[in-house]
Amino acid sequence: MIAEIGHFALILALLMAVVQSTLPLIGAHKGYESWMATARPAAIMQFVLVAISFGSLTQLYLTSDFSVLNVVQNSHTAKPLLYKIAGVWANHEGSLLLWVLILALFGSAVAVFGANLPPKLRARVLSVQAMIAVGFYLFMLLTSNPFERIFPAPINGQDLNPLLQDPGLALHPPMLYLGYVGFSMAFSFAIAALIEGRVDAAWARWVRPWTLAAWCFLTGGVALGSWWAYYELGWGGWWFWDPVENASFMPWLAGTALLHSSTVVEKRDTLKGWTILLAIITFSLSLLGTFLVRSGALTSVHAFATDPARGVFILGLLIVVIGGSLALFAWRAPALVSTGVFQPISREGALLLNNLIMATAAAAVLLGTLYPLFLDAIGGDKVSVGAPFFNAVFIPLMVPMIVAMAVGPMLSWKRADLKPAFSRLWAAALAAGLLMATVWVIKTDGPFMGVIGAGLAVWLFAGTGVELAERLRLFKVPLSDSFSRLRRTPRAAWGMTLGHLGLAITIAGMTGAGSWRTESIQAMKPGERVTVAGYEFIFDGAKDGIGPNYSIVEGTFRVFKDGKAFVTLRPEKRIYNVSKRPTTEAAIHTTFFGDLYAVVGDKDPNGAYVTRLYFNPLVAWMWGGVIIMIAGGGLSLTDRRHRIGAPAKRTGQGAAVAQAAGA
Amino acid sequence: MKRKHKRLTFVAIALTLLGAATALVLSAYEDSIVFFYSPTDLAEKKIADGRRVRLGGLVEEGSVKKAGDAITLFRVTDLTTTVAVSYKGLLPDLFREGQGVVAEGRLKAGVFNAEDVLAKHDETYMPPEVADALKKSGKWQDQEKDKGKTK
Repeated sequence: MIAEIGHFALILALLMAVVQSTLPLIGAHKGYESWMATARPAAIMQFVLVAISFGSLTQLYLTSDFSVLNVVQNSHTAKPLLYKIAGVWANHEGSLLLWVLILALFGSAVAVFGANLPPKLRARVLSVQAMIAVGFYLFMLLTSNPFERIFPAPINGQDLNPLLQDPGLALHPPMLYLGYVGFSMAFSFAIAALIEGRVDAAWARWVRPWTLAAWCFLTGGVALGSWWAYYELGWGGWWFWDPVENASFMPWLAGTALLHSSTVVEKRDTLKGWTILLAIITFSLSLLGTFLVRSGALTSVHAFATDPARGVFILGLLIVVIGGSLALFAWRAPALVSTGVFQPISREGALLLNNLIMATAAAAVLLGTLYPLFLDAIGGDKVSVGAPFFNAVFIPLMVPMIVAMAVGPMLSWKRADLKPAFSRLWAAALAAGLLMATVWVIKTDGPFMGVIGAGLAVWLFAGTGVELAERLRLFKVPLSDSFSRLRRTPRAAWGMTLGHLGLAITIAGMTGAGSWRTESIQAMKPGERVTVAGYEFIFDGAKDGIGPNYSIVEGTFRVFKDGKAFVTLRPEKRIYNVSKRPTTEAAIHTTFFGDLYAVVGDKDPNGAYVTRLYFNPLVAWMWGGVIIMIAGGGLSLTDRRHRIGAPAKRTGQGAAVAQAAGA
Repeated sequence: MKRKHKRLTFVAIALTLLGAATALVLSAYEDSIVFFYSPTDLAEKKIADGRRVRLGGLVEEGSVKKAGDAITLFRVTDLTTTVAVSYKGLLPDLFREGQGVVAEGRLKAGVFNAEDVLAKHDETYMPPEVADALKKSGKWQDQEKDKGKTK
């Protein structure tokens, strides 16, 4: 019964979305207010219906209803509660349901909080949102119904893929989808603006928080995926340029560009056409990412057994959405008039440079990711494009961008001079140079990339710090003045500072983990010892144990540093009871300077175990930097202009605006 | 600066960047594309020793041997031709005899020295390359039949 309720609610949601995608759009065109007014209740109703549907599927998982195929294939009565819930979206059908749930949630948020939007814009935005939803509902109902029944019902389920039974991965899909779908808001606003033929600062003020929120979630989602790969796959690496990683990284690159260009639209009333185009590209890459991962075209953890009908539908949907929106852009973009003008050397120019580099990087990643699929489709050789390609293309693009990142915020809007900016950055340049020289001497045999990475991280960190100090006029005016400047700094500016500082720390982490990793693979008998990066690992053998729904073989390593006991690591090998599949659980001890990482493998006939021991320098910095970046984004979201709807302009005027808004 | 000039600068920068990117892409492609071969391809095409390639097929039953010092020897087959593989390190969790495998490495004196054995995350899942290699050798059995039973 619950499955039927869920299925029926999904069909009703489709019908509601059809209404929502047509009536308001026609109403906005013809000026029928009553038609336009249908958008808000329809959006809210649509959300309620999808929520009922999603709730039904969750209930089916919680009660382990094995008369439903989806539950049979992905659940088991013995599975811990968290993974019963996570099981809902750890499969193709359920994850699509989560996708539309988030889409409808965002649509209803516009309906509820969009009272201050121009009615026509609101009607059109909601209408475009519903069009996307219609495509997804049809896809689900026609090819991927999560509520399909099975008869006779089996006694128990086939369990969730053990690799996915992990807290990091339980949260990874919702985070990623909040990001992907969040960009649908920017997309809907972009399409609505194209239909309307008008983009202004008010438009940008609406688009920016959605883009920012989506960016925060996507950053979190990508980082969670990377973190999971790091500790769960047992290879000690955190990024493999695997196609599915690229699928989530491309929208991130485009979304980061969008975040920066929407600032220019808001503050300077220029780069409108480009921003609209970026909004379209970002969401298109999100769609591509969703489907690339879900279609099974790629060999990876996300690939599920596929059904040819799905592939055709996906291709059709992608062509309609991407082709349609780009055609609309080509037709309507000339109508968008920008009033702001600027010199190449200016804040706008720097943001544009960021945009161009980010877009180029996204294009390069896209090329590398799709090339094997294209070659295969035209009947050519089977190839794979691996990390060497991506490193060779991506890193050289990022170097000039990070150099420019420290300079950009020092430039003024409209026109600026590079000389004073550089003269204020001498301290950052000195720090970067000193560290590069130090690294060069200490790690002479290490890769040269390590030297460059370390220099860039320090340059960006110090440069951002200098910009902050300049803004507060630190040490140039009394400290109390600096403090009051600190309090008056808009949160959006803090967001930028934190975002850039976070990236600097992340780069330091990536450089450390990427350049100076120490690895040791060997067969070890109990009592044997191996030294890795100055840490002595003594293997004490392995013993059997039992977990909630798996059995374990647990190895023990005692680690000594300078002859003193440092830590004991207990990596596991798990065998899940239902599927009989093994997984590897690395034991990781995190320190400020790096992670000790141990994996234990199979026993060989001589009684020795294959072990893999790593010292991964600065890994924690990567995750820490990402958290700071997300915090910066979150802080920027709470900026007063997003809350009140008026930008805090320069002092004096800003105070007047604030007073007016408060009154 | 006039609008026209601004546009021109924009276009110039964009083109320069794209050009640079293309150049980087092309120079990178030389050695970063890895071709995929079945054991039969590997034998027929006379792949030069030392070129990095991917080899895909099934792990031959009874072929897996631990050679000590963390080295594992096994044979990969497409049921027509068989190639000996040597790998040092931890094999992925789902590495098993009779199952599909993709190994990346170099051929040296008739033995394929794998540098990576790619993880397979789901045992019902067959990498498309391996499925195709088996289809080509005419030994592919449709595994979808088993799955049909649960529907």
